[in-house]
Amino acid sequence: MENKKLLEVKHLKQHFKSGRGKNKMVVKAVDDVSFDIYDGEVFGLVGESGCGKTTTGRSIIKLYDATDGEVYFDGKRIGGGPQIFFDRIAELKEEARMAALEFDPAKLAQEKIKNEANASLAKIDSSDKTKIAEVKKAKAEKLAALKAEVKSNPEKFAKNTEELAKVKAKYNEEIAEQKKQIHLLKTDNALKGDTLRTMKNIQMIFQDPISSLNPRMTVREIIAEGLIIDGEKSKKLIDEKVFNILKIVGLLPEHAFRYPHEFSGGQRQRIGIARALIVEPQLLIADEPISALDVSIQAQVINLLKNLQEELGLTILFIAHDLSVVKYFSDRIAVMYYGHIVELAGSDQLFAHPLHPYTKSLLSAIPLPDPHYEKTRQRFAYDPRSHGYGPGEMPEFVEIEAGHFVLASPKEVEQYKKDILLKDNIVKS
Amino acid sequence: MEREKILSVQDLAISFRTQQGILKAVRGVSFDLYKGETLAIVGESGSGKSVTSRAIIGILAGNSIHAGGSIYYYNSGVKSVKQAKMADGDMSQSKNEDVIDLMQIDEEHFHRLRGTKISMIFQDPMSSLNPIMKVGKQISEALYLKLGLSKEAAKARSLKLMEEVGIPDPEKRYYQYPFQFSGGMRQRIVIAIALANDAEILICDEPTTALDVTIQAQILELINRIKEERNLSVIFITHDLGVVANMSDRVAVIYAGKIVEYGTVDEIFYTPKHPYTWALLSAMPDIDSKEKLFAIPGTPPDMHFPPVGDAFAPRNKYALQIDFEEEPPFFKLSDTHYAATWLLHEFAPKVEMPSSLSERINRNLKRFNREAK
Repeated sequence: MENKKLLEVKHLKQHFKSGRGKNKMVVKAVDDVSFDIYDGEVFGLVGESGCGKTTTGRSIIKLYDATDGEVYFDGKRIGGGPQIFFDRIAELKEEARMAALEFDPAKLAQEKIKNEANASLAKIDSSDKTKIAEVKKAKAEKLAALKAEVKSNPEKFAKNTEELAKVKAKYNEEIAEQKKQIHLLKTDNALKGDTLRTMKNIQMIFQDPISSLNPRMTVREIIAEGLIIDGEKSKKLIDEKVFNILKIVGLLPEHAFRYPHEFSGGQRQRIGIARALIVEPQLLIADEPISALDVSIQAQVINLLKNLQEELGLTILFIAHDLSVVKYFSDRIAVMYYGHIVELAGSDQLFAHPLHPYTKSLLSAIPLPDPHYEKTRQRFAYDPRSHGYGPGEMPEFVEIEAGHFVLASPKEVEQYKKDILLKDNIVKS
Repeated sequence: MEREKILSVQDLAISFRTQQGILKAVRGVSFDLYKGETLAIVGESGSGKSVTSRAIIGILAGNSIHAGGSIYYYNSGVKSVKQAKMADGDMSQSKNEDVIDLMQIDEEHFHRLRGTKISMIFQDPMSSLNPIMKVGKQISEALYLKLGLSKEAAKARSLKLMEEVGIPDPEKRYYQYPFQFSGGMRQRIVIAIALANDAEILICDEPTTALDVTIQAQILELINRIKEERNLSVIFITHDLGVVANMSDRVAVIYAGKIVEYGTVDEIFYTPKHPYTWALLSAMPDIDSKEKLFAIPGTPPDMHFPPVGDAFAPRNKYALQIDFEEEPPFFKLSDTHYAATWLLHEFAPKVEMPSSLSERINRNLKRFNREAK
């Protein structure tokens, strides 16, 4: 594609921590997701509920602080998470400690005793309390003996202070470098200056048009809020813009002075769209914009979004679970499963050659308004174990054909390539 | 028709008293349900599809008014209920002794039918299960309350039911709470409860709307399998036409409290005649759609003031003058297919379905023919 990349998501991770102590849990809602969205395209993100597609959208627009990874908009970093630097710092600190041991015989001896004790503890069954106590006691005795020895013979255990300082300085420098990176990221993350101005170009519409509109604000206030935050002071200009955007989304200017509860579901969703469009964004994140609407209204909103996209040249990240709507709407589609993107391809390509078993299973589950088809439909269930990944066979995100990526192990890549050839031959003959 | 009629809804009308006045939710709905078939009732929210089903199982809200019509239930086999009917002096169906009008019997008698004869699955499995009661108890409760089984027998039967609806490891699951189940598993529990007392009519009120596509497919397969195994009659309420195509034998399309078209599933999907059915069918894209969607303008009417004539006329670009003045009767298209639209009248101008829809139907039929070969 010749178009420029508008949004780049690189190794985005969003982990949620909950609980303390032994109840501590980390939910990896989004785990290493990378994709690019080109200027002017509609990028569909599909997956079942809980797969992290909404979280991805929310992390991009910074409703959550990302755990790790980077998000670039139009070449500028607008967000990301510092986890990778924190991990590196922890690693460096451990390395520094190990390196320092060499020049500190007392600590080295201590470390040896501790390691031995831990090794024997690991062998013991955790329910065997007496044995554990024995090992711990032996360790304490040895440590005490060592302490006494160090005291009686300080020369033998003397530290090499000069070398220690060198090691410390070397690692401190590296840690400072990592800290600098974190600081840079934090400046990019903060909603100030350049980032704030760039973030204006990304707007979001939400799934539930009832809970996403403040019931105490009139439609004018809701829509104008973005403009006011943006520093617009002229009431006349605001009114003009609000009335204009209302017309664009298919409402009437007099609706501006009503409250959200006076509108039907479809109209409320139009208000949500108007609110997003008033600041003239380049990228619109649409998080299941039609799932909460009635059938006959869904088509109205789909048509509206499609018209807006064509007329205003919007780029849209379209998040949904309904594959036939996503197919209709999107140029490219990414399929998500439990925090990972498992397949990414052009929408026709994806439907013609679904490769990943999860994509196949999703496709086979779409109900179509066609009784003959439905009566003969074969559904595949997806079982992540079916891959049978052995150790050292981690699946990677590989480009199988131009623009078609899939998460697969090397063995599967071969198989998928064969599948595509086979299917092409069948179509040709 | 040879098939055995099990339920017959005739001219049912139900209104609700609300602050804004009388809301006419159902305005004269008639249909029959035969043994072993699935009847789908399709419509958007507020069209009266849920109200109809709630009337059948007798759980209408307190502010409802029975404005007219009957729901006849055949071969109930419930003696006292039959006597109650006699006492009510309902003579309209007195030829057949084993017929009762569900709109006439009182709650005490309805209690014996509900669950044992007519059962229901609701949309949201979380809110239809008791969150502070173990799942097993919720299933067996129906068994020892209604059938008078001992607790042990009830448990044995519940475990069998759980197995039947595809819950792995039922022994362990029996003692768990609803929050420990996923959405699909919860819906399976709800189905198990609905089936506990061998009901013959199962009403499914949007059972998969709250579920994911893949889970939805599993639940639909389960309902289909159980329907076959038990020879159930199913009333399936939904707005998703893809689901309808999968599940049903016959379809009734309902709009603003009235059925506008009914027929077999093939007739509705391949030769629809009512403009509302056209609109519904073409409102959602399928995987081959490229053209602009045919959206229905406007919103459904306010049922406090139901429109005169054809309720769909204000949103219908094919509407004729008469649609705004007089309500269309049902026009017969085949023995099984009827549609209520003036377009089918002999004096009406010839109007074809939107081209995008006819193209899609042709495409589907072609694919089917190709695969059949």
